[in-house]
Amino acid sequence: MTTSIGSRRSWTDVAGFAASWARRNTWTIGLFGLLIAFLAITKLIQPNYGAPGIQGLAISILPIAFAAVAQAIVVISGGIDLSVGPMMALASVTSAVLMKGQDDLFGVWVVIGVLLLGLLVGAINGGLVVITKVPDIVVTLAMSFVWAGTALLILNTPGGGAAPWIMAIISGPLGNPWVPKALIVLGVIVAVVWLPLRRSTLGLSFYAIGSHRLAAFRSGIAVGPTKIAAYALTGFFSALGGLALTATGGVGAPVPGSYTLQSVAAIVLGGVSLAGGRGGVLGPIIAVMVLALVRTDLFFVGVDPNWSTAVQGAILIGVVMFGSLVAMRKVRA
Amino acid sequence: MTDAPAELLLDASGIAKHYGAVVALRSASLAVRPGEIHALMGANGAGKSTLVKILTGGVHPDQGTILVRGKPFVGRSPAEARRGGIVSVYQEPALIPDLDIRSNLRLTKSPIEATRHWLAELGLPDLDLTDVVRDLPLASLRIIDLARALAIEPTILMLDEMTAALPANLTERVLEVIGQTRGTARSVIFISHRLIEIGAVCDRATVLREGSTVGVVDVTEGSEDRIVALMLGDIARKGPVTSGASATAAAAARAADAVPRLTARDLTVGSKLSDVTFDLHAGEVLGVVALEGQGQDELFDVLSGSERPDRGELLVDGVARSFRHPADAIRAGLVYVPADRAEALLMQRSVRENIALPFSTQVRAWGPIDVRGERKKVDGAIATLQIDTRAAGEVRRLSGGNQQKVTVARWVAGGVRTMLCFDPTRGIDIGTKQQIYQLLRDLAASGAAVLLYTSELKEIQLACDRAIVIFNGRIVAEIAVADADEATLLRAAYDLRPEELMPEEVASAALTVDDADPAVPS
Repeated sequence: MTTSIGSRRSWTDVAGFAASWARRNTWTIGLFGLLIAFLAITKLIQPNYGAPGIQGLAISILPIAFAAVAQAIVVISGGIDLSVGPMMALASVTSAVLMKGQDDLFGVWVVIGVLLLGLLVGAINGGLVVITKVPDIVVTLAMSFVWAGTALLILNTPGGGAAPWIMAIISGPLGNPWVPKALIVLGVIVAVVWLPLRRSTLGLSFYAIGSHRLAAFRSGIAVGPTKIAAYALTGFFSALGGLALTATGGVGAPVPGSYTLQSVAAIVLGGVSLAGGRGGVLGPIIAVMVLALVRTDLFFVGVDPNWSTAVQGAILIGVVMFGSLVAMRKVRA
Repeated sequence: MTDAPAELLLDASGIAKHYGAVVALRSASLAVRPGEIHALMGANGAGKSTLVKILTGGVHPDQGTILVRGKPFVGRSPAEARRGGIVSVYQEPALIPDLDIRSNLRLTKSPIEATRHWLAELGLPDLDLTDVVRDLPLASLRIIDLARALAIEPTILMLDEMTAALPANLTERVLEVIGQTRGTARSVIFISHRLIEIGAVCDRATVLREGSTVGVVDVTEGSEDRIVALMLGDIARKGPVTSGASATAAAAARAADAVPRLTARDLTVGSKLSDVTFDLHAGEVLGVVALEGQGQDELFDVLSGSERPDRGELLVDGVARSFRHPADAIRAGLVYVPADRAEALLMQRSVRENIALPFSTQVRAWGPIDVRGERKKVDGAIATLQIDTRAAGEVRRLSGGNQQKVTVARWVAGGVRTMLCFDPTRGIDIGTKQQIYQLLRDLAASGAAVLLYTSELKEIQLACDRAIVIFNGRIVAEIAVADADEATLLRAAYDLRPEELMPEEVASAALTVDDADPAVPS
């Protein structure tokens, strides 16, 4: 179909591509509809919710959105990483301690260093999973204590500082007040890292080893190294989440909260199969926004915050169940 | 053989492989010339699958040398085997279910246009490469897997049961395409249970028996006979053994025109099982004989309530039944003993609990367990089966034979009406095997009906009253125990006619394939 050289690609080709994308991403599209619905509800119960609200939302979801992308990659590859939260903490405190009182240029080096640290820490997780053959969930649970402890050794209370530029690039709008910078940063980073990767053999291999390990092995994929690469990339996006924590808070966060489990919730809602091989990163990002809006709405209508956590759980089960029902209907039809 | 090593594409010799004390391969050799289609044959347990694993990557031989085009071959993984020139198409397609076809081709770096060409040759010209593998039927997947392998232009293409599960028209295309390899610089190793296909497409056949290569046969008309003789070895020359089993009780039951304990009528499951009909009477042990993957798994799944048939009916004591769940089958008196003991037992619990489980869940679903009554039944079963209870605390610590006795005992304790045994003696010692045969005979004598699938042909005469033979999803023969010697059974399992008819029958069958398929060069 599109094997011919791209210059002659006509509108029908583009339409065909869009249709096939839509067919494969029905979950993401449905989720996007849900997001629109929740934005409408928010506007309904809080008539003066507007551009500043959107900006606040974009900034507040930045760390968990990176965490969700991190988790999505490893789960697509057939694993799971319970150390996403602690890896974020490690990246956050490392960056805050190093950046405090330094100039902007040094801050850039710190960001690069922290991202490399993320790759390394993730590769250690993956390497242990591959070499020890201990189940992913056990290895990463154990490593979550290691990384959490290391983060506390570096900084045992919130402290340090963030370079002004890193705070500036995520706050405020870009041109139009409805376009928050944080969302652009998120979109650009994910697009630059994930899109080319997804089209590469390595990206395909992530899906392959998560989808059917034996078939992947027989297709000539080096399963072990691919798995380590997936974990390394999870570490990389966790480090981005950690940097986002530092940037949004202005200080390093050694005990950042339940990001690990929230990231799992977001990917499940975002259409990533916990069995591996299925899903993408756009769905989880939208899911993060939906979950954040639910919290906002419940706060606006005056529900006890503890209840709103319970409601989030109920929504998670409800939506995933609904999705499975729709999928079952489709198979039967 | 007069081939100089340099002339051979593949030259494997003296291959040996042990798994612990088990010898999988003793001294296997396989020599493939350029441009030939070479069949690799062997009965169950001959070492065929081990040799395939060694050649396709993953298993390293203990001894022996493998040369491809005269160079040493290393195959620690399929990727490495591919670099060495051997590409395989496995029984289960090696395609990633969640990716589309195009992405799957990219993973193996198969050229798209060449793959498309082969897809067209193989009868799937209109395949949309953006289709996701999960949504495609199995037959298409096997064709895609083959086209993808052909597109890489491997030195040696290994096809493991390529034509199984393919409809007739696609099978023809596949044989035709494979035939095109003849006379080129490349070769095909063809593994199939269907002797007619071997006759139609292969040039030579290497036969394995008990881990060694016992012969290389030029495939000509009528050579099927010699291949089967080689696979069987000495036993083919022995006369039929007289049955140790007494068929009188069963014969009497059938003579009395009693209602069969179990009747299967036209059972059909997808393309795996077609119109299977048979009666199983109280007091008899009915053997089921089939090569691997001929539909016996589906048959037992249907009878034990794990799978529902697409068509056909099941009568228990003359009453039509439909099972939605194994519990329904068990209530109807059909109990199942699988080959894989791990499927049946709670490995970390005690022998006692395992034996008691089926009837305690039945009698007292939720309330307290009747400990005394349970103990009596369990002790009875343990005594009947002579289970070694020294390691009774956890079933997984028992020997395989004793584990298998527990899987039988758990049904015996509650009283058996119909027992479905799927290869119950796989991988257990000879003494325990004898005990299990005796137990099955005793069960039949006490009025139970037993259906026994076995991969060891000699068990039919040791334990059964008669046997049905399944080939390609259909019952192709029913054999009385007196005639059920190994040679007869193996012929029937390969769907060959009785000995006297052999050469003509096979030759004509092979000819019909050729007729339908004029492109196969002779």
